[in-house]
Amino acid sequence: MKPIKTIAAAAAAFLALAAPLGARAEVSLLNVSYDPTRELYQDYNAAFAAHWKGKGGGPVTVKQSHGGSGKQARAVIDGLEADVVTLALAYDIDEIAGKAKLIPANWQKRLPHNSSPYTSTIVFLVRKGNPRNIRDWNDLVRPDVKVITPNPKTSGGARWNYLAAWGYALKQKGGSEATARDFVTRLYKNVPVLDSGARGATTTFVQRGQGDVLLAWENEAFLAVNELGKDKFQIVVPSVSILAEPPVTVVDKVVDRKGTRAVAEAYLKYLYTPAGQEIAAKHYYRPIDKNVAAKYAPVFPKVKLFTIDDTFGGWQAAQKKHFADGGVFDRIYGPGK
Amino acid sequence: MATRPITRTTVIPGFGPALGYTVFYLSLVVLLPLSALAVKTASLTWGEFLATVAAPRVLASYRVTFGAALAAAGVNAVFGLLVAWVLVRYRVPGKRLIDALVDLPFALPTAVAGITLSSVYAANGWIGRFLEPRGIEVAFTPLGIFVAMTFIGLPFVVRTVQPVLEELEEEIEEAAACLGATRWQTFRRVLFPELFPAALTGFALAFARGVGEYGSIIFIAGNMPMVSEITPLLIITKLEQYDYAGATAIATVMLLFSFLMLLAVNLLQKWSRRHAA
Repeated sequence: MKPIKTIAAAAAAFLALAAPLGARAEVSLLNVSYDPTRELYQDYNAAFAAHWKGKGGGPVTVKQSHGGSGKQARAVIDGLEADVVTLALAYDIDEIAGKAKLIPANWQKRLPHNSSPYTSTIVFLVRKGNPRNIRDWNDLVRPDVKVITPNPKTSGGARWNYLAAWGYALKQKGGSEATARDFVTRLYKNVPVLDSGARGATTTFVQRGQGDVLLAWENEAFLAVNELGKDKFQIVVPSVSILAEPPVTVVDKVVDRKGTRAVAEAYLKYLYTPAGQEIAAKHYYRPIDKNVAAKYAPVFPKVKLFTIDDTFGGWQAAQKKHFADGGVFDRIYGPGK
Repeated sequence: MATRPITRTTVIPGFGPALGYTVFYLSLVVLLPLSALAVKTASLTWGEFLATVAAPRVLASYRVTFGAALAAAGVNAVFGLLVAWVLVRYRVPGKRLIDALVDLPFALPTAVAGITLSSVYAANGWIGRFLEPRGIEVAFTPLGIFVAMTFIGLPFVVRTVQPVLEELEEEIEEAAACLGATRWQTFRRVLFPELFPAALTGFALAFARGVGEYGSIIFIAGNMPMVSEITPLLIITKLEQYDYAGATAIATVMLLFSFLMLLAVNLLQKWSRRHAA
């Protein structure tokens, strides 16, 4: 026992000495995010480090962690020391607030625009020349069309896809809960492969040549077109889609323990500045800043967008009704269907 | 046997610390995580537990997972034996290389295996493009799951059978031949009883690996509910909904299945050894 105690005491003394030194020296933040933001935050972190230095702060390094949004949220709940989380859905951050109490419940009110510094939407990626002539959501339920989308039970992005289709059907003339359910059921009958994540679905569509149309985040679709060839794929923007709001927040318990609150808050606020917005737009996230949005207007086609709060009553309600066990999505794939 | 005291003097000293260490190590590495599984599951009532593990989708996934794993392990038992035979008994050029290749499914990250397999077997892949016109769809069907499980299970059979084959002396076969046995009789009566326990162990290991496999299957399975959804995917699905108890409930059922399977194989081995002797 004795040597262990001595070591523990020495370690504690060392930490006590090292902590203030560390604070004056380099600050390190961990940004826990989801898959398609990897490139965005690589650029952004460099820009922020320069900005922070310019304001008289010390050097900042931001470490990135990417993966499925839900998996990332679970990692934070289980103890991954994230200073900030920038996830695909408010639902995942709600769970961090609810399950681990690391964040206050009202976190989404703390930053402008539902704490979403950039937005996106769901678009269609089709093969060059649009051989199946897919123009709008209606075409996706045609018997001759195969649709690729990931599984909403395992992928945050897929939940946006699903809700976008549902909202479209709801907003048609004579649209009701019943017609929406029927529409979505018919759409998922046309899905030959349910990948577990958004990148997997993109691979299935792009590399494996499965399906006629891929439902994807707008930024993911742009990435696929730019990386894999404009001669092979094109983006089709439907008449109506959902306003996808990937939210960000500081993880209060972690930043307070590590003493990084000031930097972490500045890190997220900088996303809302013209410089931050510019970086988001460059990575095909729709900026919320009016001026930057105007500048990038040619890139982002105008779409009628509805929000999850107005159409579905927020993420908690949508999750419970559609994606929880025994929910609408499960019944689409129920036995005997 | 039973009267022999546990602490007898052996050539190598240190029985006490060795046993203590073994028990401690096993507890830390195996039993502790498993008991955590049980503790998490225990937060469910019996009714909830049953409703979770016997839901139609979960039942369908057991059929897919255990069915495909059983079939894959069966195929591996036969062809793994064949591979081991060739590697031990014949001199072929590049034998060392082939021997090393057997271990590849062990060493390869499973996700890499999955991505590779699905690109090979997809309709536009190297093998898929020949199968597809003949109406055989492999990628994104239950057949794809079977292919992936066969791939990752192969080394288990080869590596358990190989050392036993190497131990078998050719003189035994010669003796059998001298006594007038045909090749088939020699195999059936002399070789097979010796190899059977090892092949069975390999079969069990390949089966267990197939049941637990996730990474290599997820890309090739298609993951359609009720059709090609494996049980580990349903565990992930539960976790995505932050349903930890539901996930561990299904995991517990899988653990139970695997345990029973290992037990059955052990009993079978004991039985076959007694009959061989």
